[in-house]
Amino acid sequence: MPAHAVGDPAVAGSAFDPALSWRLHPQVAVRPEPFGALLYHFGTRKLSFLKNRTILAVVNSLDDHPDARSALRAAGVDEPDEAPYLHALSVLVTSNMLTPKESQ
Amino acid sequence: MTSVAPVPRLIEQFEQGLDAPICLTWELTYACNLACVHCLSSSGKRDPRELSTRQCMDIIDELERMQVFYVNIGGGEPTVRPDFWELVDYATAHHVGVKFSTNGLRITPEVAARLAASDYVDVQISLDGATAEVNDAVRGPGSFEMATRALENLAAAGFADAKISVVVTRHNVDQLDEFKALADGYGATLRITRLRPSGRGADVWDELHPTPEQQVTLYDWLVARGEGVLTGDSFFHLSGLGAPGALAGLNMCGAGRVVCLIDPVGDVYACPFAIHDRFLAGNVVRDNGFDNVWKNAPLFRELREPQSAGACGSCGHYDACRGGCMAAKFFTGLPLDGPDPECVEGYGVPALATERDKPRPSADHSRGKPIMLTLSTRPPAKPCNESPI
Repeated sequence: MPAHAVGDPAVAGSAFDPALSWRLHPQVAVRPEPFGALLYHFGTRKLSFLKNRTILAVVNSLDDHPDARSALRAAGVDEPDEAPYLHALSVLVTSNMLTPKESQ
Repeated sequence: MTSVAPVPRLIEQFEQGLDAPICLTWELTYACNLACVHCLSSSGKRDPRELSTRQCMDIIDELERMQVFYVNIGGGEPTVRPDFWELVDYATAHHVGVKFSTNGLRITPEVAARLAASDYVDVQISLDGATAEVNDAVRGPGSFEMATRALENLAAAGFADAKISVVVTRHNVDQLDEFKALADGYGATLRITRLRPSGRGADVWDELHPTPEQQVTLYDWLVARGEGVLTGDSFFHLSGLGAPGALAGLNMCGAGRVVCLIDPVGDVYACPFAIHDRFLAGNVVRDNGFDNVWKNAPLFRELREPQSAGACGSCGHYDACRGGCMAAKFFTGLPLDGPDPECVEGYGVPALATERDKPRPSADHSRGKPIMLTLSTRPPAKPCNESPI
């Protein structure tokens, strides 16, 4: 699983639908690391890890795409390989790191 | 053989160190209104060489550049610094979140209202007993009342999700459910951490650290009831008691790799529990700033090298506990490449029974010697046995 939240209990976010458009929550900061990235949410005070550079590229480009799946394709993640990435995105949605674009 | 989740790979990355700490503890002052018997920084008196407001702001600027998301500010009692709130505001304005630990001294209704208005400040109230009797025995008379009043003020001001921070001891380990209920009552989150033999803790660790049976109780409680309870990942020495991953969190020693400590005079130590010359990496003022110390200090470079499992190499639990806590071993006089004093396989017990050379503290800021109040259930035989007055 390319994303992993530690420490704090989950704060319920939206349900993840890869056909919808998503973006990073405005209170989330991203720090690139050799293994991927650290994400910190200043509102929930939670830390998450992105465990590779591909998921980092996906997360950073979500805002440029009409839906999550096209962000995956643009980052070179094809359908047969997308399951762990969809799971990672759903983890980030559950912890409020990602938020639906419409609600902004 | 069952496959292992990719988490260990991340741990290996972390063991080689990151360009900036994930989390940093900053003791702003050694001054404290309390004199807890187990204080890991031996706090009491202010150090006259304490960093100035400007020097603290320079550190915050560096942390912002390094993208350190937040600092855990402590002490001493950090709120006794006259510039404390100024520094908190400066940090949050520079995208460095603040989580500060306090005994509650300055958390008045007015301060609580101010804190409730900020998204970037988190408050952690220290409490080491779910009852005044158990708490005040280690933290001093009146400290339970002071802490709970602070929690009441925060709750009344609408401050969401304060933390109640508990160091688990022999005397409060049976109160975990009570702590949880107390936290729930204030809309707060419970955080429990391990008692370290650091600072003045070295003097009371033998009497206060949980017994082997209590360690098992603690572990079982964490697995069964620990969801929603924070631990600062501090119980990784207990990981071997159950299945891999049963304990939530990273469960590794991050000293000098992903965490460190800055003390009130700018000295940088490998971790908050290792304030001793042996773990001193450098000084932010003398050694060209924090970034340089973090990246280049010989001590930190050494800690990021692969560590020897030493005497633990043949133990089946080594992958789980990684030999336990460096500071716990050091301050109890055990070899760093041997078992943790609270090793779940019981190897710590005979090690503690041998002749040990406990290191002398490098510094002591105590205002005299704090005395642990005894928890007695029987009245003393003669009144003068209890009180010299």
